[in-house]
Amino acid sequence: MKPGKFAFTMILIVLLFFYIPIFIVVLFSFNSSKSPVWTGFSLKWYEKLFTSSAHIWRTFMNSIIVGIGSSFVGVILGTFGAVAMYMGAKKFKKLMWTTTYIPFIIPDIIIGVSLLIFFTTIHLRLSLLTIFIAHVTFSIPYTMMIILTRLQDFDKSIIEAAYDLGATRPIALWKVIIPIALPGIVAAFFMAFTLSIDDFVITFFVAGPSSTTLPLQIFSMVRFGISPVINAISTLLLVGTIFISVLLRKYVRYII
Amino acid sequence: MSKKDHIKPVSKGYESYGLVYLLWLVVFFLIPVIVILAYSFFERDYQGGVVFKFSLQGYKDILNPNYVVVFLRTIFISLVSSVVSIIIAIPVAYYIAFSKWKNILLLLVIVPFWTNSLIRIYAWIFILGNNGLVNQFLIKMGFTESYVQFIYNNFAVVLVLVYTYLPFAILPLYSSIERLEKNIFEAAMDLGCTKRQVFFKVLLPNIRQGIISAFVFVFIPAIGTYAVPELVGGKNSRLIGNEIARLLTTARNWPAAAAISSVLLAITIIAVIVFMFGGEKREAR
Repeated sequence: MKPGKFAFTMILIVLLFFYIPIFIVVLFSFNSSKSPVWTGFSLKWYEKLFTSSAHIWRTFMNSIIVGIGSSFVGVILGTFGAVAMYMGAKKFKKLMWTTTYIPFIIPDIIIGVSLLIFFTTIHLRLSLLTIFIAHVTFSIPYTMMIILTRLQDFDKSIIEAAYDLGATRPIALWKVIIPIALPGIVAAFFMAFTLSIDDFVITFFVAGPSSTTLPLQIFSMVRFGISPVINAISTLLLVGTIFISVLLRKYVRYII
Repeated sequence: MSKKDHIKPVSKGYESYGLVYLLWLVVFFLIPVIVILAYSFFERDYQGGVVFKFSLQGYKDILNPNYVVVFLRTIFISLVSSVVSIIIAIPVAYYIAFSKWKNILLLLVIVPFWTNSLIRIYAWIFILGNNGLVNQFLIKMGFTESYVQFIYNNFAVVLVLVYTYLPFAILPLYSSIERLEKNIFEAAMDLGCTKRQVFFKVLLPNIRQGIISAFVFVFIPAIGTYAVPELVGGKNSRLIGNEIARLLTTARNWPAAAAISSVLLAITIIAVIVFMFGGEKREAR
């Protein structure tokens, strides 16, 4: 049964529902007035963002540092985890699967609260380091699953073939498994990076006073109400997101 | 070297590669969660933190009617958001599964999910807020003297939750419809089913697993939300997330915060067990 007019109308409405609010935010970042009434085109909010908002850029740099660092470590742990899951014995797979599955089904706020309490208990001062640890923690179940999905497209026999040709385990890993997994590793890296850059709740709990990230900064700005500077930040972040998703087009199927 | 010896190392020994991964999750996920459970049974330290003495005060603190209302409200709002999301997502997922433009449509559904969640919340404040686009328009056109309060209520919380988590409902429904043998609908029609019967008797039972996943994927983030009610909710839309944050920061009652978190954890686990494992065994992925 082909979808009828109703399904078509629904998807149209949903896409409009998704994109109109975002479009409006972008549009009004170019507005010359402070309030949301269109008075003319202007780049002054971008000017303000680029010239007199050093504190925002500092939080942006924090986000980038944590994002790149945690995705890098997250992908390494995820790759080794995925290889172990792919090649490992059945019992071990079950253990891996359970440990991976639980963080997926637990609300972010619990992860945030538990890490805050844990860090305080072991007297680890809240800083970029604690944010980094938290981000690695919530990203590795994703990176592992994405890389595993990629590996599962392949028959294990090619690895056996590598052994037949005289490869040792590290060589098989480096010359066969990693190259096979590479598209998954790339997708996993960007997924982890996006999750890290986007995360608010967990970071909110594990960030110290001097380690604000961009989402925390946006949160405190949004709290004060509407400001075209937020529209300008949003627009730049959106451009970044679209750029990454165009890059990732090829890898999308490993992510969903 | 015999053939057997040669093959042996292939499948063995790779487990050790996963140890760092496992260890990381044990140290920074499992242990902290266990620590919360433990903290909920300790005595409160008024400086923040706990005194390591057994006490049920944390649970007693949250057993007052105010918190019960917050719990019920959180569950209700999360349920409504999940159900609304699924109702919207089914026709959308169905359309995508049959479409020639599948990949583009999927990308269009995923991009908002990649957009910073605070921006998505801000978009609605920008449009519907007291000084927002719609109010400015209404005032300028002379329809109203002062602003109309569209947000800062439970409706706004549900609206923004659905806006934020709808992709989570669309994707699992899409993959379960996509997997279906498309002819079954024609077969049902040939056998005299009306469109309505096809929907209720053929489509819905066959995508049961997708509906369950969609429900859990929306319900779980919704039940733990903090930013949404904080930014677009009103006085009467404080949810569990807001209470946890308040108890940890301003109220400095860590045992109570740990107790609420433990109860939230229990609700989540029960929801997952009931929905995911209740019916059939779930597939590996």
